[in-house]
Amino acid sequence: MRNRALGIALDAGPPAAALPRLLAGPSHGGLPDLRPDELIDLAEESGLTGRGGAAFPVWRKLRAVAQAGRQPVVVANGVEGEPPSRKDKLLLGRDPHLVLDGVVLAAAAIGAREAFVTVDARARSELEAVQTALRERSRRRDRVRLRVVTVPTGFVAGEETALVAWLSGKPPRPTSTPPRPFERGVGGAPTLVQNVETLAHLALVARFGPTWFRALGTPDEPGTALATLSGAVRKPGVHEIPLGLPLADLVAAAGGATEPLSAFLVGGYFGTWLPAETALRLELLDAALRPHGASLGARAIVALPGSACGLRETARIVRYLADESAGQCGPCVNGLDAIAGALERLAEPGRARPDDRARLARWLDQVRGRGACRHPDGAVRLVESALRVFATEIERHARGRCAAGR
Amino acid sequence: MSSVRVDPIACEGHGLCAELFPERISLDDWGYPIVDPRPAGPELEKHARRAVGACPVLALRLLKAAAS
Repeated sequence: MRNRALGIALDAGPPAAALPRLLAGPSHGGLPDLRPDELIDLAEESGLTGRGGAAFPVWRKLRAVAQAGRQPVVVANGVEGEPPSRKDKLLLGRDPHLVLDGVVLAAAAIGAREAFVTVDARARSELEAVQTALRERSRRRDRVRLRVVTVPTGFVAGEETALVAWLSGKPPRPTSTPPRPFERGVGGAPTLVQNVETLAHLALVARFGPTWFRALGTPDEPGTALATLSGAVRKPGVHEIPLGLPLADLVAAAGGATEPLSAFLVGGYFGTWLPAETALRLELLDAALRPHGASLGARAIVALPGSACGLRETARIVRYLADESAGQCGPCVNGLDAIAGALERLAEPGRARPDDRARLARWLDQVRGRGACRHPDGAVRLVESALRVFATEIERHARGRCAAGR
Repeated sequence: MSSVRVDPIACEGHGLCAELFPERISLDDWGYPIVDPRPAGPELEKHARRAVGACPVLALRLLKAAAS
């Protein structure tokens, strides 16, 4: 197979082992001219999964929307409402054309004539980068109407049904499912919602082929991904990693820890706390994290220093998640507030009420699975991991002390 | 066989459903319904229908499961 636009063989990409891939740009041009089925087949052969957090196979979503039977719409999700993640903003600012290439290819593959690129309203420079890129492109060659849309800042605004609601003229809040967006999305049309990083990978798969894509990563979790490492490391920031990289190597790439670490939060605010000694032995793969009750999510990772209190940090995050609830579902509105309150007391040495731990356990059970979206479930998962990893700290706080020396 | 499903966005926690269909619906600490997903046999169908019909905001739906 040949890339008709460039006149080169598709697998003649950059050296297979070379990194970075996504962050090598800016890289406009060379949009391969593929038949609709060809791109979906390439996506399947590559094993590319969604990089927004759910890791759903990209080819399945493409095919589902392509077969929906009505004119579909593409939505590139660049909202990235999660504070510990910066990777989508970095990518949009650094190489917006690569993302737009992915949007155009996905649109062609599923027969969409309209596509929306969504960006957090506060991400001004990224927004400008995308708008500039749009002006540089040729509408006639892209064969799809590309529009950039800003989305009001908020943690849940990037949830796919919330995005679809916003693009359909409603407030950016999650809606009850079914129907899922791929069945009925923007304005009622079948809608392909993909994270911007996913689309950038798709563009590279189209350009260089699945064999090239699979040269990094593992057979089950192929390719590279963007990870955001923050917390107690010398150079916090976004790194492109081959999937399967040991977390210890990522910490080293970020200049190492600034002080002894006690734990890692893996998978962002909906993620899982892991003790530092456990986490540093793990590879960044869902298969390696699953036995520990964790998953990579959108690969936002926070390194917690020994001088910080994990309970207090968890309480802070859960209060944030409670405040960021869309306010639609009773169990989420009431439950997250109650859970945050109990955690705040547990995190304050000597302040917990005798029944706080029992009530917290009951509330976690009551809230799980009871929202229209996964927002409450993510918070529950985070708190459950905190109760495991910081169990001795809870005891210590009950006796009026804190290992972080507060 | 049938079961009920709550639309959590529409639900306002009036709590009538738990009164009318206690075999499958209980309330959480804030008065919102927790539905036991096990299908209800024909002997409970009347209770399920009563709960669905009584919801002031139409947040409950009866799901018909294929008889197995």
